[in-house]
Formats: sequence, C-alpha cells, structure tokens
Amino acid sequence: MKMKTLLAAGCAAMMATAGLADDHKVKVGMITTLSGGGAGLGIDVRDGFLLAAKMAGNDNLEIVVEDDQRKPDIAVQLADKMIQSEKVDVLTGIIWSNLAMAVVPAATAQGKFYLSPNAGPSVLAGKGCHPNYFNVAWQNDNLHEAAGGYANSAGFKNSFILAPNYPAGQDALTGYKRIYEGELAGEVFTKLGQKDYASEIAQIRASDADSVYFFLPGGMGISFLKQYADSGLDLPVVGPAFSFDQGILQAVGDAAMGVKNTSQWNKDIDNEANKAFVEAFQAEYGRLPSLYASQGYDTANLLLSAMGKADVSDAEAFRAALKEADFDSTRGDFAFDSNNHPIQDIYVREVIKEGEVYTNKIIGTALEDHSNVYVEDCKM
Amino acid sequence: MTAILFIEQVLNGLQFGVMLFLMAAGLTLVFGVMGLINLAHGSLYMVGAFAAAAVAGATGSFLLALVAALAAAAAAGAIVELVVIRRLYDRDHLDQVLATFALILIFSEGTRWVFGSFPLFLDIPDYLSGPVTLPGGIEYPLYRLTIICTGLVIAAGLFWLISRTRLGVRIRAGESDREMIAALGVDISKLYTVVFALGAALAGLAGAMVGAIQSVQVGMGEPVLILAFVVIVIGGIGSIKGALIGAILVGLTDTLGGLLLPELFKLFMEASAASTTGSALASMLIYILMACVLIWKPQGLFGGQA
Amino acid sequence: MSRESLINAALLLGLAAVPLYAWATDEPFTITLATRVAILALAGVGLNIALGLGGLVSLGHAAFFGIGGYAMGILASHAQSYTPLMEVPFLIEGTKSMPVIWITAVVASALAALLIGVLSLRTSGVYFIMITLAFGQMFYFFAISWPAYGGEDGLSIYIRNDFPGLNTLDPIQFFGICFALLVLALWLNARLARSPFGLALNAARQNAQRVETVGLSPFRLRLAAFVISGAITGLAGALFADLNRFVSPTMFSWQMSGEIMVFIILGGVGRLYGPVAGAALFITLEHFLGGLSEFWHIYLGALLLGVVLFARGGVIGLLAGRKVAHD
Repeated sequence: MKMKTLLAAGCAAMMATAGLADDHKVKVGMITTLSGGGAGLGIDVRDGFLLAAKMAGNDNLEIVVEDDQRKPDIAVQLADKMIQSEKVDVLTGIIWSNLAMAVVPAATAQGKFYLSPNAGPSVLAGKGCHPNYFNVAWQNDNLHEAAGGYANSAGFKNSFILAPNYPAGQDALTGYKRIYEGELAGEVFTKLGQKDYASEIAQIRASDADSVYFFLPGGMGISFLKQYADSGLDLPVVGPAFSFDQGILQAVGDAAMGVKNTSQWNKDIDNEANKAFVEAFQAEYGRLPSLYASQGYDTANLLLSAMGKADVSDAEAFRAALKEADFDSTRGDFAFDSNNHPIQDIYVREVIKEGEVYTNKIIGTALEDHSNVYVEDCKM
Repeated sequence: MTAILFIEQVLNGLQFGVMLFLMAAGLTLVFGVMGLINLAHGSLYMVGAFAAAAVAGATGSFLLALVAALAAAAAAGAIVELVVIRRLYDRDHLDQVLATFALILIFSEGTRWVFGSFPLFLDIPDYLSGPVTLPGGIEYPLYRLTIICTGLVIAAGLFWLISRTRLGVRIRAGESDREMIAALGVDISKLYTVVFALGAALAGLAGAMVGAIQSVQVGMGEPVLILAFVVIVIGGIGSIKGALIGAILVGLTDTLGGLLLPELFKLFMEASAASTTGSALASMLIYILMACVLIWKPQGLFGGQA
Repeated sequence: MSRESLINAALLLGLAAVPLYAWATDEPFTITLATRVAILALAGVGLNIALGLGGLVSLGHAAFFGIGGYAMGILASHAQSYTPLMEVPFLIEGTKSMPVIWITAVVASALAALLIGVLSLRTSGVYFIMITLAFGQMFYFFAISWPAYGGEDGLSIYIRNDFPGLNTLDPIQFFGICFALLVLALWLNARLARSPFGLALNAARQNAQRVETVGLSPFRLRLAAFVISGAITGLAGALFADLNRFVSPTMFSWQMSGEIMVFIILGGVGRLYGPVAGAALFITLEHFLGGLSEFWHIYLGALLLGVVLFARGGVIGLLAGRKVAHD
C-alpha cells in the first residue's frame, strides 16, 4: 500500500508539472460506431469532427478515436479506457441513445465533459441532466415534434403512425402526438430490425388515413419506403431526417422522391459557416456531407470556441464557455436552453434529385426556435 | 378488421414463408446429406443480395442481377466448401458451429471492406412494380406475387430433382448411407460440393429477391438464418417437405400474430399499451410455436433420425 | 497431465499478477480489462460444464448471461429509485447488496435453464444447437420490447453494488471479487468432473445407452449439468453488469452466445482452464487488433478458423501437447 501511495503521489506531481507546461491542451476521446451495421453514421460524425479540427488547425486539440461496434458494453469499456488511461478531458462521438445511456452518466459523474453529436435521450434532458453534458444535435423528440408541426400546417387530419417497439420508437410517436392536433388512423409498433412491412402497409390501406408518419432508422426505413412505393398507396409520407439523409438516400432511390422530412440542418441552409463546411467536406472526402457530418462538425466547433475562452482545467469557466455556444453553427442560430440542449429552427425538407444524386432541399420551417419539453424536469 | 385485410395478410405470410423456405431448403439439404450445421448460410444470402445490387447497378437489368446472385452465391458456396467445409464433415457439431461462426465474421467484415458501410441500392424492375387487383378487389403488389410463385416453382423443382433425377437419387442415397454410395463408385466429394453450392445458390436467390424490397446491407443474413433454423427444427431436419411446411407455418404465424395479437389485447387494454404488449408477444410467437411443436414431436413434424 | 497443471497454475497466476502490476503502476484500465477476462472466463466455465462434460453444444447461453445481468439491473434499479419491486402478494424491495444479487441471478438463471433444458434436452445433436439458439433469441426479443426495464436502451446503474467490507468501486477490489468467484467455479468444475455425477455424465456423453442400462437416466444427468451450467453463466452475467454498471438486451444476443463458445474453443475444448486462456486471448486480441484495423473481425475470424481446423486443442492444447481427444 505504501509503494502504491508513493507512486500515486509521484504520478500526481508529474502530471502537475506536465499540466503547467501546456496549459491549454484539451484531450478529446471520441467513442463512435466505425464497424458493423450503422458504421456509416459514426464515420460521418468522425469525419465532420476531424474536418473542423483540421480547418481550425489548433495544436492544443488532441483527439483519440475508438470504435464501439455499436455495443453498449464495448462503449463502456472504451469510456473507462479513455478516462482511466488516456486521461481525456472531453468525451464525444456516441451515435445511439442506448450507448449514450450506458456511458454519459458515468462519465459526467467522474467530472468529464460530454458533448453529444447525435443521441439525445429524454432522461439526459430531464431528470438525468448534468451541467457537464451538452447536446449539440437535438433532443430525441425534436424532429418528431417538428413532423407533427408540419402535419398541422399541411392540414393532415388523420395520420397513421408507426415506429419500432423500443424506447426511441415510443418517444418518437409521443413526440409526434405532442404537437400534432389531428386524429390517429392507427398507431403501430413494429419489431425492432423488422424488414418486411407488408403487414403494416396492408393495415394502412385498410384504414382511412390521410397521411403516414414513420420513424424507422437505418435499413428498416429503406425497406419500408421501397415497399410503400410499390404498394400503390399514394398517401403523403412524412419522416424524420434519419431515413432521408445523404448516406442512406441513395439506397432508397426513387421511392423517396418528393417525401417530406424534418431536419435541423440541410446543405442548402444559407450561411457562411454552412457553405464553408459543405465545400470543405466535399473537397476533403469526395462525397456530400450528411446530417451526422454537420453535427460532428458543429460539435468540434463548439469545443474549439470554448477552448478559446477558458482552460479545461478550470471546469467552471469551461462549462460557462461551452454554454455560451459562441460558434458559427452550420445551422445558423444556435443556443443552449437551461438543460444544455439546443434551441434551434427545425426545417421541412423535400427529397429531390440533383443530376444522378438524391438529396434534399428545404421547403419551409416546421418549428422556430424550438427547445424541448424536458427543460422543467432538469434541476441542476 | 375486414376480410380483405385478413386475406392480404395471409398472402403476406405466404410470401414470407416462401422466402424462408428458400433459405431453409439449403440448410436442411446440407444437414441431411453431409450432417453439417452451417451458421454461415446467412452470409451466402447476403452475398447474393450484394452481387445482385452490384450487377443491377452496373447493367440496370434485374434478371441479370438475379443470375449474378445465383452465380455468386453458388461460387462462394463452392469455394467455402472446398477450402473449409469439407474439413468439417467428420468433426463434431461444435467444431462446425465454431468454424462457420468464424466464416460469418470473415464474410461480414469482408463485404463491408469491399462495399463500404452504407446500404446498397437494389430496386424491383418497372415491369414488376406496382399493385395488381386480385379477385375480390384485393390490391396486392405484383412483385410479392412473383416471389410467391417463384418460390413455389422452386419448391416443386426441388421435389422433382430429389425424387426423379440421378442427382436426387444420389442425394437420397447420401442421406441414408454415405459409405455405401462411396463404395458404389459415386464421387462423394463432388456430390457434396454440388449440394452445398445448390443450397448456397438458393440462399443467394432469396437474398437478391428480398433485397429488392428490403435493404441490402451487411448483417442482413443473420436474422433470416435464425428464422430458417426455427423452420427446419419445426419441419424436421433433412426433410424438404418439412422445410416447406415449417416455413409457411412460421411465415403465417409471424404475420398474422403481429396483426391479431395487438387487436386481441385491445379488447381488454388501452390502445397504446395493447399495441406495445401485443407486438412484444408477437415477436416471441414463432419461438413459442417451435416449443409447442417440440413438446408434441421432438424430431419436428417430418423428421426422421436426428 | 502435470504439464497442463503447470500451465493452468501459470494462467491463474498471470491473471492475478497483471492487474496487481497495473495497480502498482496506476493503470486502472488494465485492471478493468483483467476483470473482464475473469468474468467472461467465468461465463465460459459455466458453459464448459454443459459443453465439455455433458457434450451439450448450447448456442443459447447468452439467455442465462442476460438473465443474470437483468437480475442485477432490476434489483439495483429499484434500490436506486427507492421503489419496491413488487408489493402484492408480498413486498420485495430492490437491493444493492452483491451477495443477494448473486443468489437471485443464480436462482433465476437456474430456473430458466431448467425450463429451457426440459424442452431442449428432449432432442439432441444439431436440433439441440438450433433450439437453444432459438430460445436465446426469444429472450432477446422479449428484453428489447419489454418497456418496463428500459427495452433496448437498457438500464444504467450509476454506482456499483456493495459487497460487505470491500469498496467495490476500487477496480482492484472488484477484480478480487470476480477472480475469487472464478477460482471457486473452477474448483467446483474440477470437483464435479471427478464426482460420480461427473463420471456418469461423461459416460452419458460417450454412450447414453450403456448409462441407461446401469439404471441412470441420461436425460436427468444432462438436465442437472445444464442447470448448473446456466446458473454459473448467470452469475457471470450479474458480475458483467456490475462491471459495466449497465445492462442491455445485447447481453442476450446470439453473438454473445457465440463469443462465450469461442472462449472455450480458443482455450481448448474439454480443458478445465480452457475458458480462462480463451477469454484472456480474446480480450487481448480485441484490444490490440481493434487498434490496428477497423476490419479486425476478419483477422479474428481467420484465427478462429485456424484454431478449429488445425489446432484443435486450442491454446492449452498447443502448450500442453495432445490430451485424449474429445469424441
């Protein structure tokens, strides 16, 4: 025990001197999904983040990237590694809500900062909020609420809504219903990972719905849209951006043409930061940026803005600097509400074809300066 | 719920079952003839879908894509059989499970390495898209009808192949006594390669046909593989007839269960809760079906010796 | 045999020495990795009783691993929120006490193993593999769509559970607990193998008819082995949940079953310490190969294939030389 204490003291002393030598260094640990199903999202977040870091050219920013394989236990293990042996100051990168729930509470409890570039589970916005947790993307309900808002303005009176039977799916439908004022023609929970929607489409056909809202991320959405397009049904379909984003859209193809979807970002949002981002991303990686890339990019810029104002070792000041959100977001106006989740405009986009490439264009704003309903539950 | 909706769901269940049959037929043949359990069968399904997507993307022809799926899956199957699988015939099931589990890892990550992490595009051709009106005023997608017909034709073809052709005689002989037909001068190792490639081709075809209405992505094969296992356990391992009946039973149970259970729960529960509980139970229904069949007939409906 | 014993002793010593060294040099993450090895090895030891002794190739052991995990998750989450687990017919409170959680995990997974075993052991061979796989999937889907305990999001437990007299949040102390349980399970496994029960089970694996003719029921022998096996794997699941302070349905996934089996094969089938060697090798590979390439699963697959095809004794087999081959 004595040796251990001595060693620990030695280490602490060394760290203290090292700390003095480079005052402004910030070490970021990025845990994201780079292999297996869903790797595309993590790769985009990583690329957006690294692009912003490269463009800023800030030598004080050090980034470690690790692959969580979309497994919660691996993510937890990596978080332990980053905190315990890499000694990072800031964690970021997680794509999925269930992985975020596994990592974030423990990381913030250990005094680390966590900047979420994608997942925003309701618990972390409400009762489980934490001053060191900042969400740079959206609260999970946001895009669904926006879809409800769009449904009202489009005059839908009888929506058929469906989502997979898991927490994010249940939140999605709750979010839609929160804003949507019409009736429900049907509400269906599908199996998570389900690929055949013939049965649900038959139920939509049998109902007297005037519109369909669905939240089916990844391959599930691709399958649904293709089968829906083939069914001969021509009710308007609305979904959140996840099923219509740059990476996935090419796999959906024609079936997605003209579909309205809700998103807080698109490549045609008219501001300097966004133009610079879209151009630089294409030049660097040779593909159009996605929603996820924009979120990664914004996350890095938020961090860089805070680094310019405060030292990470002064947690109080660094937290305040983050909270100011004093950076040029690709989305234009961006601010944090009191629970550290964004207040931002959410747009309605339409899927179009530019040459051979499917992409989106903004056709309106669904909700302006939208925050989330969990603000009141958050006591910090 | 209307009668039309019900009939449409029965058709959906049938279509799902027919696709499962294409997967299960290969598995059950390979097990029946070679005594091999192949977890990597789902990877061959994926190979078929990816080959089809690549060829459809390059040529624009759906028929060529299906041919490519058959060829690529058969070739992948033959190569895997020659390099790995044939070393496993006289091993116990444990080794077979492990080696084919390793093959899944290699296939999945290899495919991602070649084709990238995003799903690929594969769509149904124009001449098969859109719904047709069936007698009774039911609108049903033409492509799904095509799948049902293709599957039934292939099932009939398989029965004919096994009961009427020379290859079928050898396959049946191989099932009952391997040493004996080897002694009679049949090139048993060639027979094994052919059977394995045949099973692989069926899986590849299923992958391509389903890929057109679902998504073509890495890992698409494993959920289907597990369902195919359930099918052949219900039907009896080694029996093509069992695979067909088991597949249709599973297809119908899954589709109708997903429709009827939430409705059933709505009779005595609040709508949203009924939907959640009903679909939770529906996702377990086929496993419950399997357990029931096993209590009644431990060797499956048409199984002989295990 | 003595050579294998030497290797076994070296393995255990190594597994204990690495975290001690890491503790002295203040590398807590290495201790976490070693804890992971110990827990996964424990799961492997559990499966090895069914697989090595009983010849039961179960591809559904993730069910027990997950049940153990959820036993911890459910009890601890109720203790965390101060809500009782059940009020009628009698009051059950949540708990943060490890021993209570362990007992719950062991009992719950043993019961599940009994149920699955009674149904699955009516069959054998390849049927058995597929049925256990299907039962595992059934639990997986249930856990995903059951909203009460987080569904696919899983359950986060913010603070590790307590063990009387120890500070479980200290990595080395938690490692100590897991290591002790692993050693206990190994000892139990060794005792079991030499007991009349173990001998009869082994005989039933080689020739069930003969066992029957001497008046023993192979079905009951196998069922007993399956239940013990499931219970130990369930205990490992509870520890695993405590290590991560998190449970989710991925613990039930069939890949998890596959991985537990991989530990046994990598280490060497039918070797008492096979799962220990296998889990250690697997975690080391995951740690280093994962850093080398995004596509490290290809290398893992190739290595696994190599072991199955060419080095059937696994790591211990390579080091110790050939033992009597399992049938």
